[in-house]
Amino acid sequence: MAGRLDDRQAIRTMTDGVADLATMPTLRADLRGISKRFGATQALDDVSLTLVPGEIHGLVGENGAGKSTLVKILAGIHQPDNGTIALDGEPVEIAGPAQARALGIAVVHQEPRLFPDLTVAENVFIGHAPSGRLGTIDWSATRRSAARLFDQLDVQFDVGAPVRGLSMADQQLIEIAKSLSVDARVLILDEPTASLSAHEVERLFAIVRRLRDRGVAVLFVSHRLDEVFALCDRATVFRDGRHVVTTSTGELTTADLVRHMVGRAVSLFPKVETPIGELLLEVEGLTRAGEFRDISFSVRRGEIVGLAGLVGAGRTEVARVLFGIDRRDGGEIRLGGHAVSFATPSEAMDAGIAYLPEDRHQEGLVLDFSIAQNVTLPILPRLFPRLLVRASTERRVADEYTRQFDVRMTGVDQIVGALSGGNQQKVVLAKWLASKPRVLILDEPTRGIDIGAKVEVHRIISELAASGLGIVLISSDLPEVLAMSDRILVLHEGRLTAEIPRARATEERVMFAATGNLEPVAAGDQTSGAADV
Amino acid sequence: MSDVVHGPSVAGARSGRSWLGVLARWETLLVVAIAGLVVLGTLLSPFFLTPGNFSNLIAALMEVAIMALPMTLIIVAGEIDLSVESMAGLASSLIGFLWAAGVPLTAAIPLVLVVGALGGLLNGLLVARGRLPSLVVTLGTLALFRGLALIVLGPRGVSNFPPEFTALGFGYVPGTLIPWPFVIFLSLALVLGVVLHRTWIGRQIYAIGRNTGAARYSGVRVIRIRTALFVLSGLIAALAGIILTSRLSSARADAGAGMTLTVVTVVLLGGVNIFGGSGTIPGVALAVIAVAVMQNALRLASVTVEVQSIALGLLLILSVVIPNFAHQAKSAIDRVRGGRPPPADSVRRGEATTG
Repeated sequence: MAGRLDDRQAIRTMTDGVADLATMPTLRADLRGISKRFGATQALDDVSLTLVPGEIHGLVGENGAGKSTLVKILAGIHQPDNGTIALDGEPVEIAGPAQARALGIAVVHQEPRLFPDLTVAENVFIGHAPSGRLGTIDWSATRRSAARLFDQLDVQFDVGAPVRGLSMADQQLIEIAKSLSVDARVLILDEPTASLSAHEVERLFAIVRRLRDRGVAVLFVSHRLDEVFALCDRATVFRDGRHVVTTSTGELTTADLVRHMVGRAVSLFPKVETPIGELLLEVEGLTRAGEFRDISFSVRRGEIVGLAGLVGAGRTEVARVLFGIDRRDGGEIRLGGHAVSFATPSEAMDAGIAYLPEDRHQEGLVLDFSIAQNVTLPILPRLFPRLLVRASTERRVADEYTRQFDVRMTGVDQIVGALSGGNQQKVVLAKWLASKPRVLILDEPTRGIDIGAKVEVHRIISELAASGLGIVLISSDLPEVLAMSDRILVLHEGRLTAEIPRARATEERVMFAATGNLEPVAAGDQTSGAADV
Repeated sequence: MSDVVHGPSVAGARSGRSWLGVLARWETLLVVAIAGLVVLGTLLSPFFLTPGNFSNLIAALMEVAIMALPMTLIIVAGEIDLSVESMAGLASSLIGFLWAAGVPLTAAIPLVLVVGALGGLLNGLLVARGRLPSLVVTLGTLALFRGLALIVLGPRGVSNFPPEFTALGFGYVPGTLIPWPFVIFLSLALVLGVVLHRTWIGRQIYAIGRNTGAARYSGVRVIRIRTALFVLSGLIAALAGIILTSRLSSARADAGAGMTLTVVTVVLLGGVNIFGGSGTIPGVALAVIAVAVMQNALRLASVTVEVQSIALGLLLILSVVIPNFAHQAKSAIDRVRGGRPPPADSVRRGEATTG
């Protein structure tokens, strides 16, 4: 423990720029003057960063700030144009991913990159499976080692099962096990919590702290500022490819951090109070075998109803039934007082329901279609009843809806895949708004987008409610649900465990219901570092 | 690691702005290839450039060309239909059987077309509703339809068709050397080209081929469209079988055997991405001409049938390999010229690895 305090002392000294060589611990990684240019874009401009063994270093910044480029340089995917990298005092060149791995640099990516048809154990040990006597892969040793890694992570996994069908959260945990399996000196977590529920985030943090205490240097890239405060010892802010500040997280407030990131002061969660109108959507006793049971709730005009719960609680499954993707086994859905039943999403759309899906890339957008083509995809039959598509009409509609959301683009003919995550999400919002829905279901609308875009998405959601839409907001980001919702419904293992009005909603109350408890037992000292400004 | 999307872009809308873009377009390469083959053919034989020869070389490929049109739509939607050659055979058997049994052709032809549509419906339901891979389903019906054809007609051939019927496949538009099947092909190409490139149904077909999930969540009726495409394919394969019967003046159970290879080659040579999501009807039409010219040149050069088959196989592979290389070269040029790096999220989840 004493050693850790010394380290922290040393870190602070370095932060002050008066590094005393005698007390300075060896730098695990020392990046100096790194620059990287892609064509006309200066992705990184003379940035420096140090990682110390036994520290968790937060790296924050908006999309396009250069975080990913730096991660990719450390992972060996890109080579810097200028600058030097030293690991434990030795200058290194990271020529490729294999070399990064050999140097002990492990990266856990935001989007799990696994082989869906291989088993969990095979994915963990891909490329470095324990070999048997003849140089063949020792499968039972592979399975045993994988099981041991998951034990360390404190999770139960059938390591012999294929990865296909596992949730994003589970796949993420496999990625982490994979990095553990190579005994990393430097562990880079690139937005690892984007698809994890609060409970899983806690578990991940416990694991990361344990790794830190073992002397691993951890670089934690995240959009979630509360997590940076909860987990990191130091934090570095990048903006527009430049280094803005590196400081101990103790000396920083959320407001400071946001100001550093966006270069201006912003207020999170700008919810506008809206008068709540007549009933729009009523759900009664909705059931789908094996997924959820007896769900009843209602949504009114102008109301934002939060749907909270752990990953796998059945929130997305309920939305899928409401949008006509899956069929219900029981219960009733009424829209504007009339019982409805949808066999396909297009029927749900015609009735006035829109659903912004959880997975932007697989379900939300056709990435290599243009912005205009994406925006009009759901409304083509409505827009062009005589079958022929008119490009001018299409552009006009796309222009109209994207302009509302201030999408940063060269024009509506730009390919969606070239936009940043936040702007892509705004295109998805524009696309669903163009279908003129009455009820809008948003499934993790701010996942994986930067803080500036997140604030804008929140503003948009609030404005949409004010314009008379009924909104169902599914989110694993608890501060977001609390701040945006007029009412919060909590699901636990497919059942509704609580309905909490805005005035009474607290993180503890929601978490208690989400873990299957009906009322908080003792609020106590459990207030976590919510990113309230 | 990047998304493998090559070949021409959606409706050719994206490329074609700069001269480099025009040059890099697959259709342009095809035109150049055709010109090269024509020059080669002219050197090989003085008869090559005569209208009669051209008329023949086109007519010989029309069944393939007609079947390639719905195949284009199916491959753009990310599926494939291998059963078309057997459906053509079944159609030929049925028309022969019905004619031999005394059914007038005016009743037999619509009946055969209905059978074609029903066979396509079977494929479509198994693929779209049953969620089975089309490669396997249509490999199954490839054997099934051929088996039915053999049961219907047996080993015999029927060849006493009336001249009005054989004129359909064999005759020319009066006063010209344009074969009737070519007129049928052009009309179909025009209709399906408009559907694919100008209507929202076409847009939805591209969306299904590029990202089925996003298409479905956007209200595209994926099952309905997929089923309809297979019905269309079966129907048109039956039509091709009728034309083939007419052109050869003979109905046989083994009609069309081996044609699927050529159909798929023509479609891929036309720049359609085997993984779905891109390709154009004009590109496929050009590929029809290119293959016709090539086969004719090889024939005039007295190349044996076996070697011709090798050439066709190589062409099939090349038409998949070349666009892939072209795509890589293009990304390399883009990188050098500047612009954003390819977005990290263009990596499809589940298909990629840390390498």
